[in-house]
Amino acid sequence: MSETTEFDLLDTPFTVLPEGGLWHDGERALIVADLHFEKGSAYAARGRGLFPPYDTAATLALLERLVARLQPKTVMALGDSFHDSRAGERIHKSDVDVLCGLQTGRDWIWIAGNHDPEPPSCVTGDWLPELRIGNIVLRHEPTPGEAPGEIAGHLHPVAKIRVRGSGVRRRCVATDGKRAILPAFGAYAGGLNVRDRAFSTLFAPEALCAWMLGNQGVYRMPVSRLVPDGY
Amino acid sequence: MSIAQRIEDQGLPPAFLRWFASRGWSPRSHQLDLLEHARGGRSTLLIAPTGAGKTLAGFLPSLVELAHREPKKAGMARRSIHTLYVSPLKALAVDVARNVETPITEMKLPIRIESRTGDTPQAKRQRQKVDPPDILLTTPEQVALLLASREAEDLFRGLRRIIVDELHALAPTKRGDLLALGLARLRTLAPDATITGLSATVSNPDDLRRWLVGQPSNGGSLPLTRSPAGHSTSTRFTGRGNLADLVIVEGGAQPDIHIHETGEHLPWSGHAARHALPAVYEEIKRHRMTLIFVNTRFVAEFAFQELWRLNSDDLPIALHHGSLDVAQRRRVEAAMAAGKLRAVVATSTLDLGIDWGDIDLVVHVGSPKGSSRLLQRIGRANHRMDEPSKAIIVPGSRFERVECEATRAAALAGEQDAETVRIGGLDVLAQHVLGMACPWPFDADELYDQVTSAAPYSALSRADFDAVLNFVANGGYALKSYDRFAKIRRNKDGHWRVANPQTALRYRLNVGTITEAEMIKIRLIRGSGGGGGLTGPIGRGGRVLGELEEGFVNMLSPGDSFVFGGEILQFHAVVENFAYCSRSNASDPKVPSYAGSKMPFTTGVAARVRKMIADPESWEVFPEQVREWLEIQQKRSIIPGPDQLLVETFPRGGRYFLTCYPFEGRLAHQTLGMLLTRRMERAKLRPLGFVATDYAVTIWGLKDVAHEIARGRLSIEALFDQDMLGDDLEEWLAESSLMKRTFRDCAIIAGLIERNFPGQKKTGRQVTMSSDLVYDVLRRHEPDHVLLRAARADAARGLLDIARLGEMLARVKGHVIHKPLDRVSPLAVPGILEIGREPIYGEAQDALIEEAAEELVAEAMGSA
Repeated sequence: MSETTEFDLLDTPFTVLPEGGLWHDGERALIVADLHFEKGSAYAARGRGLFPPYDTAATLALLERLVARLQPKTVMALGDSFHDSRAGERIHKSDVDVLCGLQTGRDWIWIAGNHDPEPPSCVTGDWLPELRIGNIVLRHEPTPGEAPGEIAGHLHPVAKIRVRGSGVRRRCVATDGKRAILPAFGAYAGGLNVRDRAFSTLFAPEALCAWMLGNQGVYRMPVSRLVPDGY
Repeated sequence: MSIAQRIEDQGLPPAFLRWFASRGWSPRSHQLDLLEHARGGRSTLLIAPTGAGKTLAGFLPSLVELAHREPKKAGMARRSIHTLYVSPLKALAVDVARNVETPITEMKLPIRIESRTGDTPQAKRQRQKVDPPDILLTTPEQVALLLASREAEDLFRGLRRIIVDELHALAPTKRGDLLALGLARLRTLAPDATITGLSATVSNPDDLRRWLVGQPSNGGSLPLTRSPAGHSTSTRFTGRGNLADLVIVEGGAQPDIHIHETGEHLPWSGHAARHALPAVYEEIKRHRMTLIFVNTRFVAEFAFQELWRLNSDDLPIALHHGSLDVAQRRRVEAAMAAGKLRAVVATSTLDLGIDWGDIDLVVHVGSPKGSSRLLQRIGRANHRMDEPSKAIIVPGSRFERVECEATRAAALAGEQDAETVRIGGLDVLAQHVLGMACPWPFDADELYDQVTSAAPYSALSRADFDAVLNFVANGGYALKSYDRFAKIRRNKDGHWRVANPQTALRYRLNVGTITEAEMIKIRLIRGSGGGGGLTGPIGRGGRVLGELEEGFVNMLSPGDSFVFGGEILQFHAVVENFAYCSRSNASDPKVPSYAGSKMPFTTGVAARVRKMIADPESWEVFPEQVREWLEIQQKRSIIPGPDQLLVETFPRGGRYFLTCYPFEGRLAHQTLGMLLTRRMERAKLRPLGFVATDYAVTIWGLKDVAHEIARGRLSIEALFDQDMLGDDLEEWLAESSLMKRTFRDCAIIAGLIERNFPGQKKTGRQVTMSSDLVYDVLRRHEPDHVLLRAARADAARGLLDIARLGEMLARVKGHVIHKPLDRVSPLAVPGILEIGREPIYGEAQDALIEEAAEELVAEAMGSA
């Protein structure tokens, strides 16, 4: 495990959590992105496969672990928290109960995403288009071009490296010190390689690095180590 | 009774007698036998070697019956197929159509014969449903599709005969499961139809006889078992059940099998047998047509390239393997049939099927890995049954030399060691259940009876059937949240019907049990000339040469060269579904390092190998260098007895090695290696990695295992205790990438995950549902879900070979001997040489990331 999993965005320090979130110690804030609750049932509803209906529970369990460990004052979910606008109708009651339990006693901020522009009725918390904390701005979709201090989700970054002939592909936090893009937190959320074109205009090419999520720790990889998919 | 007398008695129609005579043939005894069985309304299994006229025997009763059928009334189309022929190969269905057309045309019989495969144009397939031919030649997948259509009842109501070709190859596979379920349905549509199975020689004909016909439907009457440890471990149907009749054509002359003795140095490891290829080339020159079988595509490419390098006489030598473009393969087959080739290097793609020409020598490069496989491949040579087929086996290494001797002995003893049948997969059943709901609603009780009448499913419990039914309906999850999205539903009278037309369409698009690895097509583009690779964007276009597994392409870096289709290609990039490559002028391609054979050797051969190694008197048959190798082993270490497990430990290059010799095949060894390293890790022995070959497992690490044993801190018996198959296995399985691959296949077959279709553009990974993620969630929330059970059952028999490992551990219990050495032993050398050539196993991908991270630190800190 790397000695530190901390990096500065502009001048604000953040810690990368192996579960796939960021920790802002000053604010005692836990930041996660792309929870995609009810993605499984969204597929089922569209006749695209009856996937195990436990993705929301699995995602919540992971979130629960983080909340228990860190006791955040605020949880910020950077959009696409719900996979579609009808997720609130399909979500299981027990999952709603767990979510409400997590929300109790702390602030909870939902940033709107393209999948969930409106909050479902089952949840409480503030629903915002974006949120500014000092020189840091939290939003769902990264702004094209330069956007110093932006923390976003939406793209589901993963990083791939090659070691001794084997490829290892993991979710990652992508950052160049000016902007950070969080990996998807949802159990059924796939990923897009940070070497994909979609990332190319967002980061200073040389400064980009990926914090890869391992089972135990987080590993920082410079862009020179990262390979595109298909390599 | 003389044949002439029998022909008269059987009343073989005069037109047929004249036709046989016109060809200079007379009907063979087994052909008349089949005619007789068919007349008596009996289903029959015909076991005969290649070249015995099996196909004609299968069709003769149909042709005779159809020749004497009442002419149809004018303007009235017949709506029903008379004879359904099923083969595992598309090409075979097409070729057989051509072959059977010959007698039909020459005798001017009023019979229409057509083939139907995935390649048949849609319009023709549609027409075949309403205006079917008398004889339809097709594949198991097409049978499933026809049965799932509304025309099925009309199509098959008048079905008289079913012929299943290459039954020995079909029955032990998931495609066999699919066909067995289809046959069960056909039996209800056409109860009077008889079935004929055509098979090569197998170990247990009774299993195939049961497979062919309906079994009594009292549930659980035919449990399948694996016979006890230490002996052959094949799956058997036990109990009584119904049997098809049996007709056996005895094999021809004993084959003539040589093992190539090289004057060169016989390598310590490897399979490619480079040393022997000049000798193989000389054999090609001495024979009319030589068929050279190899075990993997990589060895095929290697051998083909080497032979062309040696080919100073410019002999026509061709290459045939499953990754080559189909059109290219057909050209090679046609050239073989026309006698235009002198040699073909082939993989298992030429194992089955019609006769491709006048082959007078079969060469097997590398060990054939089993007696049945060797016999089947030898059968490709010399189709005159009364002359011996001639074959040469070319061992690639010393261990292979021993293995080839064992395989040869087994083959000469006529030992059949291929699996004959299997327990029906629950994933295949799920696919079938959905198919059955497509045309008309079904009754669950009736379908259960029907399914259990198929031998592979005869032991299926009602509870498992219901679990599969629920899976198809609403996913079968304990959390019932998908009822309103169900794929099949019960109607008012309790019958199950498909919920909507889209579900039926999806069924049709996803039918089948072949789940290939993700393949990437190779496009040939023009190179840049220089060595610097391409500059600028890679355009579209370029000829498609064939396809490669995604996993292999993922290993290539731009600029890497590799051999494909006999050419050296340079890899540039993957764009969408294509790997763009150019011709390379590299003389030494980076031939993939994992060129090993993927198939483990059979238990029968393994037992013979253990016995041979244990008995120094039997070493006399081996050449000097192999004998010497074993003798030095005897001096320096130990020659293990046939039921002993030898474990050697020795230091080397700053590492401590442990090598054990179970001789149980690479799949079981990979699993063993994985479990042993886990256990050693827990014992703080700090293992670093391992490699598995067919013969041994080699583990290396940082701690001296011998020292720990000497100090009494580690028991070697305990290290190999069977309990490793308990929690350790469960824990490892859960994370294993092999398990995930197995799960993916089951999920596709069962209809949870849709197939990727060729030509379909790959969508971004973030919008597709990944089977790995689904697996992780399902495993944690519902570990006993029917799909996980199906995947575990597959893993146990397939990639992980747990059954075989379990039998080995039971066998060696109390017979594990540890030999501490101060240096590597002769038997251990091959394993050591594989390090670096074989992928290093270890699912601890974190360790790899960590290693990369450490490298970076070292680089940054300037330590070398």
